[in-house]
Amino acid sequence: MNGKLLANLFLTFAKVGVMTFGGGYAMLPILQREVVEGRGWATEEELTDYFAIGQCTPGIIAVNTATFVGQKTAGVAGGILATLGVVFPSLVIITVIAAVLTNFADVPAVQHAFAGIRVCVCVLILNAVVKLWKKTVVDVPTLLIFLTVLSLAVLPEFLPAFPRLSPVLFVVCAGVAGVILKALEARRA
Amino acid sequence: MIYLQLFWEFFKTGLFAVGGGMATLPFLREIGARTGWYTQGMMADMVAVSESTPGPIGINMATYVGYTVGGIPGGIVATLGEITPSILIILIIAAFLKAFRSNRYVERVFYGIRPASTALISAAGVSLLLLCLVHMDAFRETGSFASLFDLKSIALFIVVWILTNPVKRTAKLHPILFIALSAVVGVVFSF
Repeated sequence: MNGKLLANLFLTFAKVGVMTFGGGYAMLPILQREVVEGRGWATEEELTDYFAIGQCTPGIIAVNTATFVGQKTAGVAGGILATLGVVFPSLVIITVIAAVLTNFADVPAVQHAFAGIRVCVCVLILNAVVKLWKKTVVDVPTLLIFLTVLSLAVLPEFLPAFPRLSPVLFVVCAGVAGVILKALEARRA
Repeated sequence: MIYLQLFWEFFKTGLFAVGGGMATLPFLREIGARTGWYTQGMMADMVAVSESTPGPIGINMATYVGYTVGGIPGGIVATLGEITPSILIILIIAAFLKAFRSNRYVERVFYGIRPASTALISAAGVSLLLLCLVHMDAFRETGSFASLFDLKSIALFIVVWILTNPVKRTAKLHPILFIALSAVVGVVFSF
């Protein structure tokens, strides 16, 4: 196994991790520059494929893409090293910030600042949902799945007696529903 | 053993959260509610920090939650737990890439999961909205609608929404700017 190549995979993906703000799509242009143009580890088309699969498979898109490129470049060890590289900066940076914030959490100004920030986070989540909605709710069956899951997941907020179901259960049932609905559609056609 | 439990909770999150970092939000929310490790308000702060720092949001949130629960080893264990299913799944898919892309059942499963994932993120958003914009407790006590709505927060919500959507000149700006602006507003108007 080529140690230098593995080290390069780790370092390059650590660089991608540092330069990614926000994850997901924000990462694509940086990957294009570092991985396709800089290293030649994947072609533009391969990267687009990895990204598409990374989006529809479980897990963080950045991690999925890193595993793909690493695996293609240097096998299983490459996949693991590239993935550890992309998460390494987060581990360091977030740990430092969390440690600092823990010490200032009781300062009133910090509490007011975070109360304001929470409102902003609500808007950011709303914006993310709207973007996702346009891509994932594409016809009547997907709209039905969306509405069913949303109402069952939100109901406990208003009716404390209503059981809080696990997100795992929703995901599994929605996967089964997808298979059934598509099969019915195919039979009707 | 808290580290084993952390690893397992985040392993499940990494295995079932489809659609990137934000998709882990409903799972984190459920973990917090079930274990009592952190409150919803703390979770909102973690989302804000994760959006404003370098690195993929999903990883940042895992590290932050893990650190909150179990210090530095907690952050490492939670992050490793979250990425382990990804690594396993992608390594398997990479071996059968062509067959995977064209498999009709795979396509059908994800056809169903994607809108469910959007719905779960929406539900997490709704509960955060309720937490930030309305005072359910005060409303139950007094019964007056004036006490139900947090007018300062609602005003800020509307301003940030306008700046990030219809106003084309600001909509493309980085979220960190809006987070910083909201922090300043929060301090100045003592939210």
